[in-house]
Amino acid sequence: MSQATALGHVTICDLSGQLAGAGATRYLAAFGARVIRVEDPVRQGRWDILRGSMPHVDERRGIELGGAFNNHNVEKLGVTINLRLEAGRDLLRRLVAVSDVVTENFASGVMEKLGFSYGELRSIKSDVIYVSNSGFGHAGPYSRFKTFGPVVQAVCGLTFGVGAAGAPPAGWGFSYMDHMGADLMALAVLSALVHRNRTGEGQWVDMSCTEAGLGLTGPDLLDYTVNGRPLRRPGMPDSNHSDHPVMVPHGIYPTEEPDRWVAIACRDDQDWAAFAEACDQHWAREARFAATAGRADHEAQLDRLVSGWTSSLRREVVASRLERAGVPVSAVTMSEDRIEHDPDNDDWGLFPTVEHPEIGGVRVDGIPAHLSETDWSIKRGAPLLGQHNREVFAGLLGMSDEELSALQADGVL
Amino acid sequence: MTGPLQGVRVVELASFWGAWAGRLLADLGADVLVVEPPGGHSTRSFGPFAGDDPHPDRSLWWWYYNTSKRSVVLDLDDPLDADHFRRLVGGAGVVLEAERPGRLAALHLDHPDLRAEQPELVWTSVTTHGRASPRSSGPWTDLTMAAASGLAWLNGYDDHSLPPMRGRGNQTLQITGTHAALATLVALLHRDATGSGQHVDVSAFAACNVTTESGTFAWLVAGETVQRQTGRHASVNPTMDVQVRAADGRYVTTGFLPQDAKDFQALLDWLDELDLRATCPEVVFLQIGVERGGIDVVKERDDPEVIAIFGAARAALVHIAENVAALTFFEGAQHRDLQCGIIFSPDEAYENSHFSARGFQSTIRHDELGRDVRYPGAPFKMSASPWAIRRRPPLVGEHTGEALALGFEAAARSDEQPPPTQGR
Repeated sequence: MSQATALGHVTICDLSGQLAGAGATRYLAAFGARVIRVEDPVRQGRWDILRGSMPHVDERRGIELGGAFNNHNVEKLGVTINLRLEAGRDLLRRLVAVSDVVTENFASGVMEKLGFSYGELRSIKSDVIYVSNSGFGHAGPYSRFKTFGPVVQAVCGLTFGVGAAGAPPAGWGFSYMDHMGADLMALAVLSALVHRNRTGEGQWVDMSCTEAGLGLTGPDLLDYTVNGRPLRRPGMPDSNHSDHPVMVPHGIYPTEEPDRWVAIACRDDQDWAAFAEACDQHWAREARFAATAGRADHEAQLDRLVSGWTSSLRREVVASRLERAGVPVSAVTMSEDRIEHDPDNDDWGLFPTVEHPEIGGVRVDGIPAHLSETDWSIKRGAPLLGQHNREVFAGLLGMSDEELSALQADGVL
Repeated sequence: MTGPLQGVRVVELASFWGAWAGRLLADLGADVLVVEPPGGHSTRSFGPFAGDDPHPDRSLWWWYYNTSKRSVVLDLDDPLDADHFRRLVGGAGVVLEAERPGRLAALHLDHPDLRAEQPELVWTSVTTHGRASPRSSGPWTDLTMAAASGLAWLNGYDDHSLPPMRGRGNQTLQITGTHAALATLVALLHRDATGSGQHVDVSAFAACNVTTESGTFAWLVAGETVQRQTGRHASVNPTMDVQVRAADGRYVTTGFLPQDAKDFQALLDWLDELDLRATCPEVVFLQIGVERGGIDVVKERDDPEVIAIFGAARAALVHIAENVAALTFFEGAQHRDLQCGIIFSPDEAYENSHFSARGFQSTIRHDELGRDVRYPGAPFKMSASPWAIRRRPPLVGEHTGEALALGFEAAARSDEQPPPTQGR
């Protein structure tokens, strides 16, 4: 690589998949880590349900054409190893021996069954960093329970915190904890690398995605442990309002067009005065609304009045008027708005185009940090199944053509 | 044992958007000095408050985002304090700040000013839209960021007369802070390898934009826009409801619907155990599902019998859930290898036996209040260099004296305190 990379010296033997695992190693690969994604040739990598699944760029279908899989596996190398065979497990041992990090997000117990517990990994490479990300972790009464994003979010308390007052949970309309699980898993890898580089010591990081999620529920949790005030109480979760800090009005309001919305947050009385000026409605000047406490007392009524005003305008108009007045505001953007028509996302280069051997050129998620000396680079799409078998097994492990042919013939690759 | 970032010294300018990043680094063992303006940072006025007493040292918002840090009060507009700030940075490896672009430059305290003398310094700037964007000077909140970045569009109800929903818990600043911590560690690893520091520019808007799963890739790949639905993924085409109100009024989620013969058999056995088979609709199709040896609902989607079996499995899960308590349903399903969930409130999850058995409850002494406080625990368990809340969140300016007298050296002395207890 021509450009300096921050993680070019790091090799990762990556058994992870989906988004909760693949998202972690994707981040590290973008900063130059050599991520070797190991897939199962027998099931054609379909343990990862995203391999081949939607969305697709055109009518073509097949295990190489899954759009989400491509997004989550950019800049990685792809190899196949059949771990049902002793020869396959031997090959994985050779790969572990040259890796700094082993990552996986199987259900707990799977690695032990395959013969790759932390103890065994450590006997192969004494300072190995092993990071496992499972739904409930490798110990505890629920450790064998199985999860995917929506179940993680439900159990950890995050789903409960999304919804209208007194209504059933609306929940997250996507696998939020696959993203945050992946990001925190990457944080675990990086922290463990810092520790190893300073002490020479590897370790096992047992990440439980539900536990990580419970740690993201915010100050509400301390309101319970300190004040004995649980979030399951009348009038909750009411998540479009803001009780901490108190902001009124604070919500997502309808506009002139159906199902187009605008978010408004008046942080204090100054914001409210600016709002009143900008919207120029008689009710906005009523004395009972002048102070936060008064607005909070009449929150439902005020929401109706604000909705009445916003409903007469397009969301862009509401947003630009309040923005000029210095009030926090934003249209609720849809995918196209922010991906195609946002100057900041353009300037950032947030959606780089990668080349994928079968899909062709397609845009993917970028990284939300720019580093002045060792920035990320995302150019290469996800690997085809076994695409880099030769590069890794011959180039990195030094195997001969004969050995590779034999492994191929024996169904190991 | 010490954390993985033991020995990393961080000067953090107290902020809304950067606080979570500082906390992540501090709980992982970094010595984080959080610099607050006189009177304390404005987020100390955010509730809830311990005992509902709105005192700057009792803000639970502050507590949540500032564990393990030390607090130094400095007025950066005062030249003397600005010198103190320079001196603290001189002893640090990392600066973390989320000031509006231009403020630090006007004070000659920005990264080009300080990194010139200290090329090994890692300087992480968190802004709403990147250091170069004019929008980073505007007012942004968690709500407006969720709306602007695509997060809010994805959450809500099947009924689209109800608005899209923000999630509780300040998720946009936690997404941003997690990315700020990640990028800071990437820069630290590079510094450890080469001796060179750098500037790290983190955008909250960018971070939230790439934390939207199919909200982004469905558009990038196929030009499609997903639509919000109650309790499940937003989707281009509507999908089946998965959320069920259990017999005790709490909600569960049916998760991935089963397709294997063994799962259909498990459902039949479970219905029998609960004496619910007779009242379960379409149960005959579960039996057919067993006899067929399972189904593949994607490959066989044109076979009406397969669709009937798939529907019967869902009906059986709903029927069971409606007749038992939510926790009974969740544990019963999972013990039968069915990937269902319970919608716990955060406090219920916190008190649940699984989480407590793993030691997630971290008890920290608050001497100033004469009591222990239970905090959430580690995001991941490290065997050799464990995460820990190393000290309770600091009082306003609690460490100003020691930090100005000794710089970071005071940390060594403070670390001799007995470690806080983990678990119960």
